[in-house]
Amino acid sequence: MMSEYLLIMLSTALVNNVVLVKFLGLCPFMGISKKMDTALSMGLATTFVITFTTAGSWLLEHWLLMPLGIQYLRILTYILVIAAVVQFTEMVIRKVSPPLYQVLGIYLPLITTNCAVLGLPLLNVQEKSNFTVSLIGGFGSSVGFTLVLVLFAGMRERIALASVSQTFAGAPIAFITAGMLALAFMGFAGLVPH
Amino acid sequence: MLIALTSLTVLGAILGFILGVAARVFRVEGNPLVAELEEILPGSQCGQCGFPGCAGAAQALAGGLAPVTLCPPGGRAVVMALAARLGVDADVSGVQDTLPMLAEVNEALCIGCTRCFKVCPTDAILGAAQQIHAVFREACTACGKCEAVCPTESVKLQPVPVTLHGWYWHKPQPVAAA
Repeated sequence: MMSEYLLIMLSTALVNNVVLVKFLGLCPFMGISKKMDTALSMGLATTFVITFTTAGSWLLEHWLLMPLGIQYLRILTYILVIAAVVQFTEMVIRKVSPPLYQVLGIYLPLITTNCAVLGLPLLNVQEKSNFTVSLIGGFGSSVGFTLVLVLFAGMRERIALASVSQTFAGAPIAFITAGMLALAFMGFAGLVPH
Repeated sequence: MLIALTSLTVLGAILGFILGVAARVFRVEGNPLVAELEEILPGSQCGQCGFPGCAGAAQALAGGLAPVTLCPPGGRAVVMALAARLGVDADVSGVQDTLPMLAEVNEALCIGCTRCFKVCPTDAILGAAQQIHAVFREACTACGKCEAVCPTESVKLQPVPVTLHGWYWHKPQPVAAA
């Protein structure tokens, strides 16, 4: 049982990484990855949001949408939950750490539009996962998101100091690096025996 | 239909209630003075004061880190308003009270480079690459950013032209004591 959960964590965080393999949530991946500490706090905020929304939307799916037969409202209800959780996170961060609130700025409410946040609950529905698997899968995915964000921020901090030819300076080299990081993550596919 | 409506309404109400409670619990007391000062400032976020936008300037003002004469586009009126609100004496002698200015494009010189268009904080410049730019007078705040980036000196701040609609009796000049 425990090993199964561990496997889910591993699979969602590394093998099926939400950013580099499923290509969800690319906006904060490029937008917030210029500095390590903001990347980490953005990752943690997103982790919080994703974990809560996967749990909340599973409960809604099975206790509200399914019994009433109104699954066609799925996206609407999920967005409602996501918006509420993001709003809540924003309030908490504003209270707990005003400097962080300043730094994250517009990207904080934009967690709402991070497609990973909506995508993961929808994938859970598609795969008919049970509650624990959904929760652990959501948590694992967001840990993967944080991991990739922090890794990429570290790389960009070093690239900022490197002498890059003018043609590639700035965004282009960042995109190339992102591609290489994605290639590297493909290697994790070997972890799972087919 | 009814089920869908009711369930969504109830869900929205519950979430709204939770957020409302959370807003009370996690309330942050902002400085009301900062908001008031920001209201006085022009709000065009031109950055001529050296702070990131008018919110930053208002914070610096409230903290006593900046003089009340920091806002060039505001002119004398803003200085007086800020000084009155903060209860300090303003030295307005250094503030030249310029006439109301507007950016204007000299069409003979404009090369359509879109630089002014990109820096305009109020979207007052109409333009596209290789097209002569034009200024929307209603939106221009005369912050001077376009003047600074123009490579051909075609955008210039000019005094507001006197038109039939804009003409007014001039205020009587104070007679200099002989």
